[in-house]
Amino acid sequence: MQETDEKEVIISLRGIRNEFGSHVVHADLDLDVYRGEILGVVGGSGSGKSVLLRTIAGLQIPMAGTINVLGTNVRTADEDTRVMLERRWGVMFQDGALFSSLNVRENVEVPMRPVVGLDPAIRSKLADLKVSMVGLPYLAGDKFPSELSGGMRKRAGLARALALDPELLFLDEPTAGLDPIGAAEFDKLIHGLSRSLGLTVFLVTHDLDTLHATCDRIAVLAENKVLVTGTLNDMLKVDHPWVHEYFHGPRARAATASAQAGHGGD
Amino acid sequence: MSPNPDMNVEIDETQATVRLVLRGALTIANVTELEGHLGKIGATAPVAADLSGVQRIDTAGAWAVATLRERIQAGGQQFDILGATEQVEDLLHSVANALPHPEALPVRRATLPDWIIRVGKAVSRSVQFLAALTSYLGLFLARLGRAARHPTEFRLTALVHHCEEVGLRAVPIVALMSFLIGVVLAFQGSTQLRQFGAEVFVVDLLAISILRELGILLTSIIVAGRTASAFTAAIGSMKMREEIDAMRTLGLDPAMTLFVPRILALILMLPILGLVADVMGLVGGGLMAWIDLGISPAMFVTRLIEGTDVNHVTVGMIKAPFFAVIIGVVGCHAGMQVQSNAESLGRMTSNAVVTAIFAVIVADAVFSIFFAQIGI
Ligand SMILES: Nc1ncnc2c1ncn2[C@@H]1O[C@H](COP(=O)(O)OP(=O)(O)OP(=O)(O)O)[C@@H](O)[C@H]1O
Ligand SMILES: [Mg+2]
Repeated sequence: MQETDEKEVIISLRGIRNEFGSHVVHADLDLDVYRGEILGVVGGSGSGKSVLLRTIAGLQIPMAGTINVLGTNVRTADEDTRVMLERRWGVMFQDGALFSSLNVRENVEVPMRPVVGLDPAIRSKLADLKVSMVGLPYLAGDKFPSELSGGMRKRAGLARALALDPELLFLDEPTAGLDPIGAAEFDKLIHGLSRSLGLTVFLVTHDLDTLHATCDRIAVLAENKVLVTGTLNDMLKVDHPWVHEYFHGPRARAATASAQAGHGGD
Repeated sequence: MSPNPDMNVEIDETQATVRLVLRGALTIANVTELEGHLGKIGATAPVAADLSGVQRIDTAGAWAVATLRERIQAGGQQFDILGATEQVEDLLHSVANALPHPEALPVRRATLPDWIIRVGKAVSRSVQFLAALTSYLGLFLARLGRAARHPTEFRLTALVHHCEEVGLRAVPIVALMSFLIGVVLAFQGSTQLRQFGAEVFVVDLLAISILRELGILLTSIIVAGRTASAFTAAIGSMKMREEIDAMRTLGLDPAMTLFVPRILALILMLPILGLVADVMGLVGGGLMAWIDLGISPAMFVTRLIEGTDVNHVTVGMIKAPFFAVIIGVVGCHAGMQVQSNAESLGRMTSNAVVTAIFAVIVADAVFSIFFAQIGI
C-alpha cells in the first residue's frame, strides 16, 4: 500500500482457456490487475466478461492457464489456502444474490460469522455500519431482499461483499438497471470506497459513464481475449473496429461530453 | 493465514487526560477484545489516542475507535488522535461519517387490546380468504359459461393436456393406494367380525366404507396433494415472471386460458379416478377376504350385488365434482397470490395443499350430514 508498491500485480492471468462444449469463450487470455486500481472490463454481450469474473473468483474452472490472485495460484492451492483467500475478496453479483430468507443485516453478517471470537452484538453493529457505508438508510437493515428495490438490493449486495474488508472486489454490472441518478451515486460510492478502504476493484460494466467516473484502467474483451488495456484516453486511439465503435459511438460521445462538463464544473 | 500481529492496548488514566495507546492490528478478529477495553473508558475526561503503533486497521477497528470518539465527544470532552497515518485518518473519517444512528423505535409491550386486534385481523383475513375463493369460483363459472357460448375461445388442447396430467398420470398411485386401503380394511374388519362369527359382513363393510366414503375422499386427498400444488407452482411461476401480466396485455384472459382448462380437467377426471379407486379398493378387500376368510371371489361378488345398494356409489360419486372444484379453485387462487420472489412460491404451494386437503375434508363432513339428513 506504500507509494512504491503502486504497480504490485494483484491478479495475474496467463493463457486462460474457457469453453462450453465446442463454444470457445476465452483462448489464451492474459490479464494483469494492479493493487489499488479500479479496472473496468468491457466487451460485447456474450464476449465472456461474466465468465472471466467467475473464473478469477474460482466459480468456473478454466480448461487451461494459470490464475494468480494475491500471490496464490488459485488452481493448485489446497482447500484451506483457498478459504483464506476467499475471505480476502468480495463478489457482488448482478442482482445482489442476497439470501432471501435473511434480512439485510443478517445477509451482511453471514461472511463475519466464521470470525472466531466476534461478539454477536458487535457483529450486528458492524453490519449496520456496512449497510450505512453503502448509503442505505438504517431501517433497511431490517428489511428482507424482496422488500427492496433493485438499486437497494445492489447496495446491500455490495455491503455483504465488503463485510470482511476485502482487498479485492469483483463487481458484475453494478449499475445495470439503475436510474441515471442512482447509477451516478453508485459510481461515486464505489470510487469513494475503493479509495478510503484501499480496494482493488474488478468491475464488469456496459456503462460508459461508469467507465468515465470510476475506472483507472480499462480492459477490452473481444476475439476471445483481452484485446487491449489502458486508460480511457488510450482507448480512444485504438483503431480496432469494435473498440473504435465502442469508444466513439454516439453514447460514448455523450458520456465523454458529460464527464468533461462535470470536470469543468468542479 | 496472513500473519496477524497481536493487538496491544494501553490505557493510562492517572493523568488529567486519559492516554490511550493502541498498537498492532486493529481488525475484525480482535475487535471484540478492543471494544471490551475501550468500553471501560468513561466520558468524564479528555482522551488522547496514540495510533502511531498501529500496523493494520480495518473498518471494524476503525469502528471501535470512531464509536469511542463519538461517545467521548458526546460527553463534552476532547478526543485527540495522535500519530495516525494518512490512510488511518482516511478510514476513520469515512467510518465516522457512515456511523449509523439507530432511529430508536419505541418498544411497546403487547396489551390485551393488541391481542384482540390480532384475533380480529386473523378472523377478517379468513373471511377475506373465503370471499376471494368464492370470487374465483364465480370467475371460473363465468368463464365456463362464456366458453359454452363462444366455443372458439376454449382451448381444447390444453384441456386434453391437463386431463392427462391430472387424470392418467395419477392412476397408478390412486390405484395402489386404494388397493392397500381395501386390504387393510378387510383385514381389520375380519379380525373384529370373526369374534361374532359374522365374517361375511366384511363385504358390506368394505362396500359401504369404500364406495361411500373412502374411495373418493382418499383419491381427493391424493389429488389435492399432487394437483393443487402443481397448479399453484405452474400459475405461480408464471405470475412471478410477469407472464400473467404479459398475457393480459396481449388480450388473453388468464382465467380463460389457465383456470378453465385446469379446473375442468379436474372435474372430468376426479370421478374417473374415484371409480378406479372404488374398484381397486374392492379388489384389494376381496383378495384379503379370500385369503384370510376364505370368501371366494364368486361369493364376494354375489354378496356385494345383493347386499349393497347402488346408492352408495351414487353418494360417493356425487361428491367428486365438488371436491374437484374445491381443489382446482384453491390451487389456482394460491398460484395467483404468488409475489415476485421464490420464497412466496414455495409458501403458497404448501398453503395450497394444506388448504385443499382441509377444505375437501370439511366438504366431506358437510356431505355426510346432508345425506344423513335426507336419509340416503
Ligand atoms: N454455464 C454455461 N454454459 C454454457 N455456455 C455458457 C455458460 N455460461 C456462459 N456461457 C456462454 O459463454 C459466453 C459468454 O457469456 P458471459 O455471460 O460471460 O457473457 P457476458 O460478456 O457477461 O455478456 P453480458 O454482457 O450479456 O452479460 C456466452 O456466449 C454464453 O452463451
Ligand atoms: Mg454478464
